[in-house]
Amino acid sequence: MKRYIDAAAVTASPALSRRRFLTVTTLGGAGFVVGCGQREQAPAAAAVPASAAAEPAPQPISLETLNAFVRIGSDDTVTAVVKHLDKGQGVTTGLPSIVAEEMDADWSQMRFEFAPADAQKYANLFFGVQGTGGSTAIANSWMQYRTAAAGARAMLVDAAAKRWSVPAAEITVAAGVVSHPSGQSARFGELAADAAGESPPDAPTLKAPEDFKLLGTHLRRIDSVAKTDGSAQYTIDTDLPDMKVALVAHSPRFGGRVGAFDATAAQAVEGVSEVVEVPTGVAVIADSFWSARKGRDALKIEWDDSDAELRGTEEILADFRDLATTPGATASDGGDVDATLADASQVVELTFEAPFLAHATMEPMDCVVRLDESGCDIWTGSQLQTVDQQVASAVAGVPLGNVRVNTLFAGGSFGRRAVANSDYIAEAVAVARASRSGAPVKLIWTREDDFTSGHFRPMSLHVMRAGIDAIGQPVGWSHRIVTQSILSGTPFEGLISNGVDPSTVEGAANLPYAVKQLQVDVHTPRIGVPVLWWRSVGHTQNGWVTEVMIDQLAHAAKADPVDYRLGLLETHPRHRAVLQRAAAAANWSAPAPEGRFRGVAVHESFSSFVAQVAEISVDSVGRLKVHRVFCAVDCGFAINPDVVRAQMEGGIGMGLGAFLREGVTFSEGQVLSNNYHLYRPLRINEMPEVEVYIVNSGEAPTGVGEPGLPPIAPAVTNAIFAATGQLITTLPLGDQLSAG
Amino acid sequence: MKVEFSVNGEPRTVDVPGDKPVLWVVREDLKLTASKFGCGIGQCGACTVLLDGNMTRSCGLPVSAVAGREITTLEGADDAVAKAVRDAWRALDVVQCGYCQSGQMMSAIALLRSNPSPDNAAIDAAMSGNLCRCATYQRIRKAIHQAAGELGGAA
Repeated sequence: MKRYIDAAAVTASPALSRRRFLTVTTLGGAGFVVGCGQREQAPAAAAVPASAAAEPAPQPISLETLNAFVRIGSDDTVTAVVKHLDKGQGVTTGLPSIVAEEMDADWSQMRFEFAPADAQKYANLFFGVQGTGGSTAIANSWMQYRTAAAGARAMLVDAAAKRWSVPAAEITVAAGVVSHPSGQSARFGELAADAAGESPPDAPTLKAPEDFKLLGTHLRRIDSVAKTDGSAQYTIDTDLPDMKVALVAHSPRFGGRVGAFDATAAQAVEGVSEVVEVPTGVAVIADSFWSARKGRDALKIEWDDSDAELRGTEEILADFRDLATTPGATASDGGDVDATLADASQVVELTFEAPFLAHATMEPMDCVVRLDESGCDIWTGSQLQTVDQQVASAVAGVPLGNVRVNTLFAGGSFGRRAVANSDYIAEAVAVARASRSGAPVKLIWTREDDFTSGHFRPMSLHVMRAGIDAIGQPVGWSHRIVTQSILSGTPFEGLISNGVDPSTVEGAANLPYAVKQLQVDVHTPRIGVPVLWWRSVGHTQNGWVTEVMIDQLAHAAKADPVDYRLGLLETHPRHRAVLQRAAAAANWSAPAPEGRFRGVAVHESFSSFVAQVAEISVDSVGRLKVHRVFCAVDCGFAINPDVVRAQMEGGIGMGLGAFLREGVTFSEGQVLSNNYHLYRPLRINEMPEVEVYIVNSGEAPTGVGEPGLPPIAPAVTNAIFAATGQLITTLPLGDQLSAG
Repeated sequence: MKVEFSVNGEPRTVDVPGDKPVLWVVREDLKLTASKFGCGIGQCGACTVLLDGNMTRSCGLPVSAVAGREITTLEGADDAVAKAVRDAWRALDVVQCGYCQSGQMMSAIALLRSNPSPDNAAIDAAMSGNLCRCATYQRIRKAIHQAAGELGGAA
């Protein structure tokens, strides 16, 4: 990991080349590739903060390491090389749409392909390494891809000007056709070979946003066709000659190891070819999933639990409660909040508990590895290509340059595939290396493997106290968090400052409301349960608790929840705008429909702003139904409003599922919720009608993958309080309403 | 054991352990990978296929049980209902990660064959066995209504 640490360290250096450059590589006359370095600092960079995963440090790119983003084929296709993983968020539509806009291409001629692992060319400009996360895919790529595409367009124009002996300035481009008023015209594909011989412009001219024809409209997703005819290729669909399938028996406890094992019965299963020990367990290699599965079931393993986490969730939570009685590391120094609260007119004290959550991606973790004399090939939904490449290199004992990462569609991630130690990828490489056959190996995790592998959203405890003065204004706010650090023990550890892992306090230490004294401190005990970022990371908890707390202050002040928030957000116009839009859409100022109740929340995450109003009912036996959610989002310029809407819908559905029922529980170190019958995400019958309103602030685009999630839990919590007077402070909801 | 059955209208014979689930037979032996592995216990619906026209979870169905019967996967779903479902899915850009969508579409096809104009409650009842972690549910509902309308049922 040394190499990665070095790479991560680079992100601390904000040095940035402002030089503009563009280069061209001829591809056998068949077309050309345009690459460019970062033209200038992306406008969003300065504003992108939030998750530790989204550390906003643009990476300088030297002239020697040019990116390659656009390819024009002589068949008239234009291929955008997508440096990010598409795990459903739509970046394989978003980046090609940016390219199409600046090139004036026709949407139907656009294609995409995933970039190879190459940190020099394809680094996330906010990370410094190649990777996807923190809702940064569009934000960090925006200027980079526009510049590349504008350069390509200029070269096509220059080639046409030469061919027709006309001034370039007289040439126009529209829908993939280059034209001159004389009547001459040519499609991109016809000009591709000539254009490859042109010099790139020093500073390609970018369109003014008001001239956009494609961006800001609903372009159909490029991946819709392949994902509706069965041809889309996911890791699990990869098929190589002579490939074997491997399953690994893992310790039932985190930190457990193989003590001894007997593979006799497993070896006897038809189709099983090998049983090998790897650092993470015992691998059964077979000619099919079913044989590998039966072989694994037949293994006899004694686990060594001497270093294992033996506690259950209840014991860990009890330890959290003890810790919460003492001050933690300070994330926001509010001064003597205790004294202020002692003088307050009213003090609201609440303790919140949020459980471990699983990503539960529909495609379980999987990876295909081929080790041969040429090196190591990996096929997987790689989310941190640079890290995955480096880990694979170390595990395989193959030089980095000979590790090729082939990124495929991922069947969901929500953060799960961005792991500092590349857990399942490292395991797949270890299996391939341990195998004596030399055959390519497809590692498949079963759902049970997936649910028991850890890497959960951390459990958290929040002790909160806030006071208001005689006119209801908050005078002091104290928030103590106990949770695990995601960054500790990873190459991102350097982002921990003064004992505060920023991912634990995001959305809490930067509370937007005008509170005179804001005290936030955090304990991050070390626990033997691997934890990880989960769609919106620290905002998943902090968005919930802060928005429930502010609602309770409004209640104490006998103020309307929307008006109360607006009054405390005078210096936060983007919060205000989305809050007002959602409230208007919900017709907040009028009574809710008969039998229904509303709750509201607003939260900024990943530089986007989202407000939601949930409309609910609770029946006589305590059954909750969330009927409608009115959602307003400001993500800067919405390059594809329909994808923005889809991500809001998805964030609301996932967040609501977590609110209702999700929680990983374990006892004596063993996960109990090991499949979908015990860990139950939202189903269609629980999905509310979601209306999304996009508020265009005119800012540069920011992310939408995560920001739709945080407001739904507090909006529903606040609606339940409005309906029943019962305040939910422990998640998931479960049967709390009927038990009351 | 040798098992003969029909897949997407074509007779197929496989020689595999009789307890091997249909999901893995179509994926590994017949190279039809639209149907996906999600849970292995019939709880998520990613593996949904049609068995003699009926919605069936294939991950726990032994291949020995389908001898002489007809399996349809998304690759072979090409009647008017399937076409309407596919068109609606594309028109509304239902997919996100897409992994569950083969199962969703097969369940939707089975629903529309038995109920040409389902209301939201009927859709929810028929589709609640298909998980979508991306929560594309609202669009799934709309797409089923749209396909129903296209086919002549009430939209």
